[in-house]
Amino acid sequence: MNALGRTILQRLALGLMSIVIVSVVVFSSLEFLPGDFASSVLGRSATPETVAAFRQELGLDLPAVQRYFHWIGGVLQGDLGNSFAGRAFTPRPVSEIVMPRLWNTLFLAGITAAIAIPVAVLLGLLAALYRNSRFDRLVNASTLSTIAMPEFLVAYMVILALAVKFPLFYAMSTLSPGMSFTERLGAVALPVLTLSLVIIAHMMRMTRAAIIGVLASPYIEMARLKGMAPWRIITRHALPNALGPIVNVIAFSLAYLVVGVVVIEVVFVYPGIGQTMVDAVRNRDIPVVQACALIFAATYIVLNLIADIIAIATNPRLLHAR
Amino acid sequence: MQTDNAHLLDIRDLRVEGESDGQWSTLVDGVSLTLRRGEVLGLVGESGAGKSTLGLAALGYVRPGCRITGGQVIFDGRDLLSLPEDQRRPLRGHRISYVAQSAAASFNPAHSLMNQTIETAVQRHLMPATEARNAATQQFRRLSLPHPDSIGKRYPHQVSGGQLQRIMTAMAMHCGPDLIVFDEPTTALDVTTQVEVLASIREAVEARGTAAIYITHDLAVVAQMAHRIMVLRHGKLVEEGETQAMLDAPQQDYTRSLWAVREVQKTTLQAAEKPLLTIQGLNFSYGKAGPKALEGIDLTVPRGRTLAVVGESGSGKSTLGRVIAGLNVADSGQVTFDGQVLPRRIGQRDKDLMRRIQLVHQSADTALNPRHTVRELIARPLETFHRLRGSERERRVQELLEMIELGPRYADRLPSELSGGQKQRVNIARGLAAGPDLMICDEVTSALDQLVQEGILRMLLNLQAELQISYFFITHDISTVRAIADGIVVMHHGRIVEAGPRQDVLSPPHHPYTELLLGSAPQMRTDWLTDLLASRAASASAP
Amino acid sequence: MHADPRDIAPSAGPVRRSKRSLLATAPLSARIAMLIILAYLLVAIFAPLLAPFGEAEVVSQMPYAPPDAQFLLGTDQLGRDQLSRLIYGARNSMGIALATTLISFTLGSLLGITAAVLGGWVDQVLSRFVDVIMAIPQLIFALILLSIAGSSIPNLIIIIALLDSTRVFRVSRAVAMNVVAMEFIEAARLRGEGLAWIIRREILPNIMPTLIAEFGLRFCFAFLTISALSFLGLGIQPPTADWGSMVREASSLIAYGNLTLFIPAIAIAVLTISVNLVVDWFLDRASGLRNAN
Repeated sequence: MNALGRTILQRLALGLMSIVIVSVVVFSSLEFLPGDFASSVLGRSATPETVAAFRQELGLDLPAVQRYFHWIGGVLQGDLGNSFAGRAFTPRPVSEIVMPRLWNTLFLAGITAAIAIPVAVLLGLLAALYRNSRFDRLVNASTLSTIAMPEFLVAYMVILALAVKFPLFYAMSTLSPGMSFTERLGAVALPVLTLSLVIIAHMMRMTRAAIIGVLASPYIEMARLKGMAPWRIITRHALPNALGPIVNVIAFSLAYLVVGVVVIEVVFVYPGIGQTMVDAVRNRDIPVVQACALIFAATYIVLNLIADIIAIATNPRLLHAR
Repeated sequence: MQTDNAHLLDIRDLRVEGESDGQWSTLVDGVSLTLRRGEVLGLVGESGAGKSTLGLAALGYVRPGCRITGGQVIFDGRDLLSLPEDQRRPLRGHRISYVAQSAAASFNPAHSLMNQTIETAVQRHLMPATEARNAATQQFRRLSLPHPDSIGKRYPHQVSGGQLQRIMTAMAMHCGPDLIVFDEPTTALDVTTQVEVLASIREAVEARGTAAIYITHDLAVVAQMAHRIMVLRHGKLVEEGETQAMLDAPQQDYTRSLWAVREVQKTTLQAAEKPLLTIQGLNFSYGKAGPKALEGIDLTVPRGRTLAVVGESGSGKSTLGRVIAGLNVADSGQVTFDGQVLPRRIGQRDKDLMRRIQLVHQSADTALNPRHTVRELIARPLETFHRLRGSERERRVQELLEMIELGPRYADRLPSELSGGQKQRVNIARGLAAGPDLMICDEVTSALDQLVQEGILRMLLNLQAELQISYFFITHDISTVRAIADGIVVMHHGRIVEAGPRQDVLSPPHHPYTELLLGSAPQMRTDWLTDLLASRAASASAP
Repeated sequence: MHADPRDIAPSAGPVRRSKRSLLATAPLSARIAMLIILAYLLVAIFAPLLAPFGEAEVVSQMPYAPPDAQFLLGTDQLGRDQLSRLIYGARNSMGIALATTLISFTLGSLLGITAAVLGGWVDQVLSRFVDVIMAIPQLIFALILLSIAGSSIPNLIIIIALLDSTRVFRVSRAVAMNVVAMEFIEAARLRGEGLAWIIRREILPNIMPTLIAEFGLRFCFAFLTISALSFLGLGIQPPTADWGSMVREASSLIAYGNLTLFIPAIAIAVLTISVNLVVDWFLDRASGLRNAN
């Protein structure tokens, strides 16, 4: 088998292993809970019998390994267990709570990515091309500040400007079932803008750094000495070699998006999975925390994996093996 | 092409400055030069002479971090420096082209060699792509590249360094330029490869009557290539003249001193009675299944003498040095040092053995910790091996500084505050401080300018006479071997092909590889390359 | 006696540059940033002397009182003095972030350098372990651990420090690897030097600038993570004053055009931007020195 195929298979195996290990970590979080949590979940009205029944439902009397396989088997079939919240009355399946929220989050993240990635890469290219110009310095200073700020400050500045001073949008992004696509777009405008600002700052800086690193190579000087135009040098000589780093930057930022969404959803009271996870952590609703953590971690791992594979597949040294 | 008798290139009073750490310093200081059509001008000088900066200025180009502060670069009647960029750019690659020192780094890894070769012609619409490809293949053939029809489909990392350098020449000649700047095109190559590349470059330039600026630090090389030579130093012109005249009768002291290198010749010593180091049947490979890097090595290093190990890159000479030092562990075979079997790993050797065998690395830049002063560097072996402290240690540091011909005032400097030659002396002093019986010198002079090399070789010889140290001297350079060796071992592909006392190895009859190696070392006469190619052609056609 | 007059050394400036000249080369932005950081530190250290009221002291009958002569920044939802909360918040927020960074840094850099020097299985085990931890987004991991352990200040410090030490490990291992590849490390091994000497004398002096810069960035990161957690209500718990929680407590008022929440939020941003500016300048300078070598 050639080097390219072998490297990609290795990465896939490594990614799969990471997901398995993450699932073990997430699963064991239940193991470390204090012994009396069953009664605290069920509340004061719980009788010893209901507590015992609850413990049995969780399978706490079985060995941990067996329970792990039972749990992961359920997860693979979309069964994420039952929520602890409102336990004493009617148990709600976790998937029923999490899935609609997940779509909302994907909607938010998808629109942000569609806007932020092209803008960031273009700005990064321009800043690299006009390095040390006034434009570059301006972009540099503003992105440095954006990165150093807490996300909630960016969010509230956006709210202050576009919802309070000039009330173009609502400060709260509530979604309701009957909304049309355009109405939904209007509802997520501010969170999308906030997330985009943060992500663009990260991505643009890294794109710029990757391009500048490549521009220092002797083959770029050679292209200049062959009389190539600056734009052609960037697109034909620098970009193919910076592709690997840039793809990594994009994946890193998308993964960042997945996490940054948590704070932003809370600020805008957006019914997404990040908001759900924060509530679950506060209420110690462990099955929901587990489900959210698993989804976040798996997304993060898969995005990084895709970036890795694209970076490998575009590496000329691996593509054209000796 | 207004007038035929005008110069093709006329550089007048050029000044270039470079910035480092916020300070501007002069790189080229008022140099003027002229070049006629079809003429090859050699630019010679040591590192820091401003040769490359001047060569690039011929294309109206300065590196980032440099600026032109005065002068004119008139190419074919137009001043490149006052032309707007969009009129200057089309000249590059078409009328003036450039061949860089490191072809491996100067080709874009993402594109095939053919696409890079024809890029200027196709982008500038000088010829259609098919025609450009055919012309490139022709060039590849003329530069005697193997598989000229298909080599263009390959990518840079799939082709050897010598071949890449020739493809870069083909790329430079592709649009039929009036002028090519060659910037040390063979410096990174082994001598046997260098001969082939020099021969193809010279032939290609002569065939098309292209003018060229040939930049090099190697006088013997420039003597083969150039009609006229300019000697530069510290960004200033020292001397200029026709090649033959410059070789025969240089006017300036500096030029004479450059010409007079390699005077050092060791007086022949009796082969010493007792061997210090003996190697028998040594094999080594990287990894368990790796190819053999060393195979069946047998040799002895006599006490107080120098054994020079010569070979090209990949011959295994440095690996052998590292096996003796205990950094690489041999698969089989025995190394005996002063009558006792040497433990294979450095970790198995006692402190006294560590002391008695010292390794001096090629590059003082990476071998000396940049954060330690000269004193700290030299004092550490005195502490670890001789337990010297306080004033006693300080006295010894001063002695060692005297031995390497640096004064006590250097003790407080950091390596970055020393020149290349001084750093290498400190590197050697650190080895000496241990008080070794055997010093493994791994290409210790290779990265230095000729004159600096000369000084260090002289110093090493004096130290040997004084301290009776044995040198295991690893080098690729025949003239260094002449200067320092008592015995010579010639290595090729991990094996010893010839060994013996210096006179025996250096005088015929030779082993065929030794013959090739010795013949390929350029000599300081203008017809060396012509003679060599003629004699090789003759012996190839002979039965 | 000079060995060879032709072998010219680079103009040897002052043999060792003093600390003062280092500061003198700083651009205006970095100097202002350093002054700001100093001011923050002074406020944190002398909080009890500077604050007009106690940290959790209810001083007014009126919640959300507007600023006046007595309460310069008004009062919060329980009628506590905002200014005093802000001043104590500096001490709590910075102190916790600093403690976190110190732990993560000591742990991460020690293990990272050791892995680089020893190589082999030690490096493999540590690096693979760190790979797995880093495969989970840090905030998410912190949320899982906090949901199990509960949000107390020691838990917060230990969880963030452990998670963040993986990044310090990566960085310090990478920079130490570059130094380990140098021949002077080989020379030290050929002298039979021990691990401690190699790390302390050969490696540390060469990677110190990078590590110092990294310390600044890690501090910012820990500071922002803890603020974010507090903002989410999962970090520092009341009645302890801290900036992240203060933003959350005032957040509902923005709809009415009340800008109180920007005071603690901007306090956070000014500190992290200042640290970033200093780090930026420092790295620039360090890389400049390296080029000069």
